[in-house]
Amino acid sequence: MERLILRVTTKLLFAPIILFALYVQFHGDYGPGGGFQAGVIFAVAFILHAFCYGLDETKKAVPQKALTVAMVIGLLFYVGTGVATMLLGANLLGYDSIDPDSTHHAGQHYGILLVEWGVGMCVASTMMTIFYHFTGREPDINQEDW
Amino acid sequence: MSAFEVELTPIVFLDLSLLTMLILVAFAMLRSRHLFAVVMLSGIYSLLSAAFFVSLDAVDVAFTEAAVGAGVSTVLMLAGMLLTARREKPKTPGRAPVALAVVFVTGAALAYATIDMPAFGDPDAPANSYVGQQYVDETPNDIAVPNIVTAVLASYRGFDTMGETMVIFTAGVAVMLLLGLGSARGGREVSDAEPEDGEAK
Repeated sequence: MERLILRVTTKLLFAPIILFALYVQFHGDYGPGGGFQAGVIFAVAFILHAFCYGLDETKKAVPQKALTVAMVIGLLFYVGTGVATMLLGANLLGYDSIDPDSTHHAGQHYGILLVEWGVGMCVASTMMTIFYHFTGREPDINQEDW
Repeated sequence: MSAFEVELTPIVFLDLSLLTMLILVAFAMLRSRHLFAVVMLSGIYSLLSAAFFVSLDAVDVAFTEAAVGAGVSTVLMLAGMLLTARREKPKTPGRAPVALAVVFVTGAALAYATIDMPAFGDPDAPANSYVGQQYVDETPNDIAVPNIVTAVLASYRGFDTMGETMVIFTAGVAVMLLLGLGSARGGREVSDAEPEDGEAK
């Protein structure tokens, strides 16, 4: 089997990388991190998978169509949170309206979690989309063909 | 201005050595014509910047730089490099006196501007006093989130972050449109008529 050590290492590392991405995603309120970083780490796990098993295998696991949908849903999650707070009677992204009776600004926590989730989803799927499109291209264009 | 003096702690020497390494890596990138080496050096550059940001206590920025700059950017540059030549074309030798003059004048102006800058780490510097101080003071009352960076990013400046997310989304859409492999049109074959020679190309 080709590149056995890399394949085994990737298999071992894949789940911890995803777990770390989720930790960074949901721990953004309390420590360094947030949606942007978590999304990138999430995408890196799949890029590592593509390096060791080939792009076609990764595309079987996460097809491009799913990524396109995730990109849109991620952005809509963010915008939707903003619109939801407007419907609740506050400004755009005025999270306090989510839980107005809270004494410790629980609405801010919920709002930040929601928009960070949207950011993470959008970033992760966009990074993977860009990677798919760069790597999936046939590298047969000569300098003279442009 | 206040008489704030920078103490020569080991951290300052660490900062200085990191900045020196950044300059050395930048020169190595300039000198190299081997694109693989340039991509790897740019990853090292990002990692060094991340270390520098950690030493400046900007862990959020350092985290982003390490994940995006050293991680994904390097991978995307490698993937892009596969589509083009591995070596940069040797540039024609010769000096460009105008460019050199512009660079020197700009550099001198920047060096002159640093005289007016507050001392490194000055607690009374403008960056630390007005709005920054207000965020530090008000975040526990307004947002009640321990990480002030997240509070600023997602709540105080939530509208900015929405724009940033849209920028990333737009970048993804642009790449799909420019490099679309047929996956964007559902794998269907598209039968565009071949443009004849001599016509608009």
